Amino acid sequence: MWDFIWNDFLVTGEPIIYGAMASIVLATVGIVFVLTYFKLWKWLWDEYLTTVDHKKIGIMYIIAALAMLFRGGVDALMMRTQLALPNMNFLNSVHYNEIFTTHGTVMILFMAMPFIIGLMNVAVPLQIGARDVAFPFLNAFSFWTFFFGAMLFNISFVIGGSPSAGWTSYVPMAGPELSPEINQNYYLLALQLSGIGTLATGINFLVTILRMRAPGMTLMKMPIFTWSALITSIIIIFAFPILTIALALMTLDRIFSTHFFTLAGEGMPMMWANLFWLWGHPEVYIVILPAFGVFSEVISTFARKQLFGYKAMVYAMCVIAGLSFIVWVHHFFTMGAGAGVNSLFSITTMLIAVPTGIKIFNWLGTMYKGRIRFNVPMLWALAFIPNFTIGGVTGVMLGMASADYQYHNTYFLIAHFHYVLIAGTLFGMFAGLTYWYPKMFGHKMNEKLGKISFWFTVIGFNITFLPQFFLGLMGMPRRTYTIEPEWMPLNLLSTTGAFILAAGFVIFTFNIYYSARYEPREKTGDAWDGRSLEWATTTPVPHYNFATIPYVNSHEAYWDMKETGATTYDESKLEPIHMPSYKGLPIIMSAIMFVASFGLVWHWFWLAIPGLLGIIICMVIRSFDFDEGYHVPIDEIKRTEEQARGRKE
Amino acid sequence: MSEHTEHSESGIPVKHVIGFIASIVLTLVAAYTTVMSGLPVPWIIAIIMILAVIQAVLQLVMFMHIAEKNPIPQYGNILFGFFIAAVVIAGSIWVMSFGMHDMDMNGGSGGGSGEEHSEH
Amino acid sequence: MSEHAELKTGPLEYRREDGPLTILGFWIFLAAEVVLFSTLFATYAVLFGRYGDATPAHELFEMPMALTMTFLLLVSSFTCGIAVHMMRKESLKGLVIWLIITLALGLGFLGFEIYEFVHYVHEGATIQSSAFWSAFFTLTGTHGLHVTLGVFWCTAIIIQLIRFGLTPVIARKTFVIGLYWHFLDVVWIFIFTAVYLIGMVV
Repeated sequence: MWDFIWNDFLVTGEPIIYGAMASIVLATVGIVFVLTYFKLWKWLWDEYLTTVDHKKIGIMYIIAALAMLFRGGVDALMMRTQLALPNMNFLNSVHYNEIFTTHGTVMILFMAMPFIIGLMNVAVPLQIGARDVAFPFLNAFSFWTFFFGAMLFNISFVIGGSPSAGWTSYVPMAGPELSPEINQNYYLLALQLSGIGTLATGINFLVTILRMRAPGMTLMKMPIFTWSALITSIIIIFAFPILTIALALMTLDRIFSTHFFTLAGEGMPMMWANLFWLWGHPEVYIVILPAFGVFSEVISTFARKQLFGYKAMVYAMCVIAGLSFIVWVHHFFTMGAGAGVNSLFSITTMLIAVPTGIKIFNWLGTMYKGRIRFNVPMLWALAFIPNFTIGGVTGVMLGMASADYQYHNTYFLIAHFHYVLIAGTLFGMFAGLTYWYPKMFGHKMNEKLGKISFWFTVIGFNITFLPQFFLGLMGMPRRTYTIEPEWMPLNLLSTTGAFILAAGFVIFTFNIYYSARYEPREKTGDAWDGRSLEWATTTPVPHYNFATIPYVNSHEAYWDMKETGATTYDESKLEPIHMPSYKGLPIIMSAIMFVASFGLVWHWFWLAIPGLLGIIICMVIRSFDFDEGYHVPIDEIKRTEEQARGRKE
Repeated sequence: MSEHTEHSESGIPVKHVIGFIASIVLTLVAAYTTVMSGLPVPWIIAIIMILAVIQAVLQLVMFMHIAEKNPIPQYGNILFGFFIAAVVIAGSIWVMSFGMHDMDMNGGSGGGSGEEHSEH
Repeated sequence: MSEHAELKTGPLEYRREDGPLTILGFWIFLAAEVVLFSTLFATYAVLFGRYGDATPAHELFEMPMALTMTFLLLVSSFTCGIAVHMMRKESLKGLVIWLIITLALGLGFLGFEIYEFVHYVHEGATIQSSAFWSAFFTLTGTHGLHVTLGVFWCTAIIIQLIRFGLTPVIARKTFVIGLYWHFLDVVWIFIFTAVYLIGMVV
């Protein structure tokens, strides 16, 4: 028994792992101590763990995303340290494989996705004048499945060993023959668990945006971020089922010895790559479109102009959504499919550059002759345009099948997708968080620290990744754990940049703490002279969002309201507001799913099967729950609004 | 069944009955085409796939009330679902045949039979 | 969430504001299920004919069996439609009776499917035999799991109907399970055609 625990269950024999174990234990003890000492358990349970309020769920998503950004960032620094000089002995090859696998998986699925979904949760219901999402219970369930999926993935570091076949988990490398250990099971089940939540979020936001808009707000009068959330939801709904099946098939291969992707039994290993990228390419647009939405909002607000080419922006996003499903083969041109296949997918890939280009010109058009304010969110947006364009143009280079045979699996590719994912998604999320921060927490983030963190990040980012284009052209392959001497100068430069980039992130995080303590409270509710409905509510936002829902005439609803002096509090129109009750079931059910998945990872059916039964029991409990929520009485609304608005004057 | 007749003064559910009978006929025609018709295999596959699509549409319209206003009909999401389904199935078959064979040879029968062709 | 004002006319399941929302959400979920099953069909098509050392499909597939299963599910889809028709006439008794008939037909289908699987396993074709058989059992098995879930779900709805009567909330739930059940028949049409019929001729 002890032998099993020491040799197989826990990961042993490495100082880094012991350090990680010690820090996990210490952090857990610390958190439990603080919660117990300050008697916060009940508060935590009542206010956050059981919440169905989209604003709180959004905040929890963003906190989790920042924690995962830290995890993925540490992985990145470890990789860059190992690659700084030839023959470094910082990580051995096995560890290097584990680190780049977890870096990729964590950054895409457990950082970018929750960051985006978090901002959607915070902003979308407020932008469309809704009181919550369509299915608040499901929303809480989505968050907790994501959260437990992320936890399942992260414990692999100390229990059982991390997956090590890359974030794409290609077979036969990831299959049962070449990875007989349980590590890859963590990848499969953690992604499956969080994928369920993502699909539910997609359905939830699509219904919310289609059905719960304020009166008068037609589709073409929605704020552009809401449009991006709508398109993103559609892509999620139609892409994630493919991942669900792909993961399930590989799970069957690994745990039940089937032959989908195996070499034996006439399986087809490349079918995994095909299915993975059928999901994987739309996924790229899932993480970039909301960032586009954020930049559109930010640029319009800080250029103090209406968004240029609103309709073109919307149509461009629709075209991108459609095209995103028919380009997947460009991720494996080198598989050797014939000229017909590769040509078609080259053409569709290059076509995507057209709507994206339209969007770039619209952002430039919005800024043209605008009276631009250079606040931190705007700085991120300004840095995004040139950096993202570099990523986009190199993407078109990679999209040409014949040229791709040269770039494939080199650092040129690494540099390309970091230019789109960091300059696009991450800058977008930082811009969005800084932009909506006063709405979420009642104070802005400190401008000066924000600017310092911005410059560190942007300069560090370019020093890190620009040399990698040239390294790729020099022939440096990706996923190599040691470098050739002739690649040293640029690699050393890149590693230096990575540490500057990391400093930028540390300052960003410190700014959260600093601002909470020292920034003046934001009392107007309209921190940036905003244009859409989220700025029409008071700060902090009452739990029912809007006392009375305004009538909307354009896609800049609040701008119109400011001109006419209207507010979201019209005493004559008050009615009791129906709100959903908080529920403990989502977190409990997700925790049971976590236990069942953990059992499956270890092939422990004695744990997995009772877990499955537990999930079914939870579903039955939910089906027989007829709780209809409660009504906020008019008196309480009056009190809340007068207090919030009285303070304003 | 007295309850049933009492409550259907407005008549039996005509749409359901038509859909049901049509479905049975379509199923039998498909089975007959497969076993008895003696047509070339690609023809059989094409015919029975078309019959299947017709029957699916019948179910959606006659049984599932897809045209019912809620407040608008549900065509959009299901149609897009079918579009993506077509991309996934046709795309996978084409790509995983490595583009080496005609679509006709492969259509519906997949990589296995394609490989047999390539051996000749 | 907004007001739960109840309309006085129109189908019961659409009268409260959350009724249409849930029904729309479920239609969207079904669209996602279309993609989910299409991925399984794509896998089946790509792996078609990859038998390895195992028995080929055309030696095992039999028309009477496939037709019986098809008709069981087809009739159950029809009876389920009648059940919703009864609900629209606000006949609780008719609704429950037709739902129970649907349930029985669904159980019959599952019985045949289990018999079929056991039969194939005896003939040496298991989920572990080869790529083709992995794809076959996973595609039909996923559909079978959906039917099993539907049987349990439908049972829960029948219990609720008997205990609490025909309220707008339960009417909405019944309508949703109806959609789910019809959808499973739609999927089966394609399994019958693409798996069994094509498997017999190629």
